[in-house]
Amino acid sequence: MNLDHIRTLVIEAIQEVAPEIEADDINPDEDLRDQCDIDSMDFLNFLSVLKNSSGVSVPEVDYSEVNTLNRMLEYLDRKIKKEFMESS
Amino acid sequence: MIDITMPSLGSDMTEGTLVEWLVNIGDQVSKGDIVAVIETQKGAIDMEAYNEGKVAEILVQPVTKVPVGTILARLESGSDIPKSESKLQKGSEAVSTGQEENVEEPFSAQKTQPIQSAQSARLSSPGSDVRASPAVRKMAEDLQLDLSLIKGSGPSGAILLDDITGLVDGSNNLDMASAQTKTNELNFSAMRAAISSAMEKSKREIPHYYISLDIDISKVQQWLQTENIGREPEQRLLLLAVLLKAVAQTLIKFPQLNGYYLNNQFQAGAGIHIGNAISLRDGGLLVPAIHDVEKLSVDETMKTLRDIANRSRGGRLRSSELTDATITVTSMGERGSDTVFGIIYPPQVAIIGFGRPRQAPQVMDGVIVPREMINTGLSADHRVSDGVLGAKFLHALSNKLQNPESL
Repeated sequence: MNLDHIRTLVIEAIQEVAPEIEADDINPDEDLRDQCDIDSMDFLNFLSVLKNSSGVSVPEVDYSEVNTLNRMLEYLDRKIKKEFMESS
Repeated sequence: MIDITMPSLGSDMTEGTLVEWLVNIGDQVSKGDIVAVIETQKGAIDMEAYNEGKVAEILVQPVTKVPVGTILARLESGSDIPKSESKLQKGSEAVSTGQEENVEEPFSAQKTQPIQSAQSARLSSPGSDVRASPAVRKMAEDLQLDLSLIKGSGPSGAILLDDITGLVDGSNNLDMASAQTKTNELNFSAMRAAISSAMEKSKREIPHYYISLDIDISKVQQWLQTENIGREPEQRLLLLAVLLKAVAQTLIKFPQLNGYYLNNQFQAGAGIHIGNAISLRDGGLLVPAIHDVEKLSVDETMKTLRDIANRSRGGRLRSSELTDATITVTSMGERGSDTVFGIIYPPQVAIIGFGRPRQAPQVMDGVIVPREMINTGLSADHRVSDGVLGAKFLHALSNKLQNPESL
């Protein structure tokens, strides 16, 4: 899974809870939840969708590592690669 | 015979559309059973029975729009006491003279709650971008309308029955653009009207007092962190679930804050039904209730909270959830203000406002330490309770939250 694919999954998961958000609306280095007006309940739903599409479940202790779009992408990329290395 | 009538679920609601019957003649129904689906300007709502009995007659067939109070069906019951099924509607017009109205009245004043836009994303059919309920789809099919050309006025552009009837009753003559503008304006003004009416009544009639307490929730946050380790996102607990559960347990000893003020007297609530202010993405506001919170575990409270939040935003709420809260909780969330003092929803007698959870310096044993704090505001009806009692409640709540594992 390349970064572009991961980005698509993240944007789709955001749109699941915030349908009015377009990819272009998001500044990749600013707080994701602030920009998309995602409350704590929306955020759990967002993580659920993302878990189902990417296979990565972000634990609560890692929330601070996924607070912007870019950080979220790096985080998922790292986890997916790690999983791939371990399984191969 | 008991009449089942089109209920009123808001002061602005004058009519509703019967979309589907979920019972047939001869079916036995119990109180609380969902008997029909109705659609209002606020979206599709599951209509519950308020009495038990056997369905004897069905007088209105779907899909039909009727005024509030229209008799839709009749129930045969063991009892001979004639009684309107729709307390929601009847209570609002009844002159309160006796015991029966006392029971009914909470629903009527409650109905001024700003209930909006429960219309549903889940009504969208798979493989289609159009959001519309089966009833809307059927009507569009009958009229040979292309739904993809119609702009819906519901949340996320969901097409409501009103959007279709507005197009075909001549008022718009299939002018899609103007139909869109018109219905959006209507929804927005109806929402403001409902909020205005409830809040005006509250500020006019209820002598509020306001008090607040900074509550240390460090232990709750630690407990939550531990609980949530290893839980998948869909199983995780939120702070609000713990707060609601603590509020409910504390209210058991403070009945003066839980119930209704009607006919110049206070009536304690039969259970602890907490209305939760949920704001919708399109600007609407819903206050669905979680029933009997004092009997639920934190996990069950969270599950119900998740359920009503999701159904408020995308699915369908039950009529009782919109009408029988005995107290309201409003929570600012992590990005809100530090403090909130709510305005009481009549005929309730209190509203609890949780500010933004935040880290703040506290003095403990003479030393300044950073702690997780949440400001808790209580607005309560001075005709029923005094500030001293309110303050005792807040301290009792604070104590409860120091032992989250016992909740």
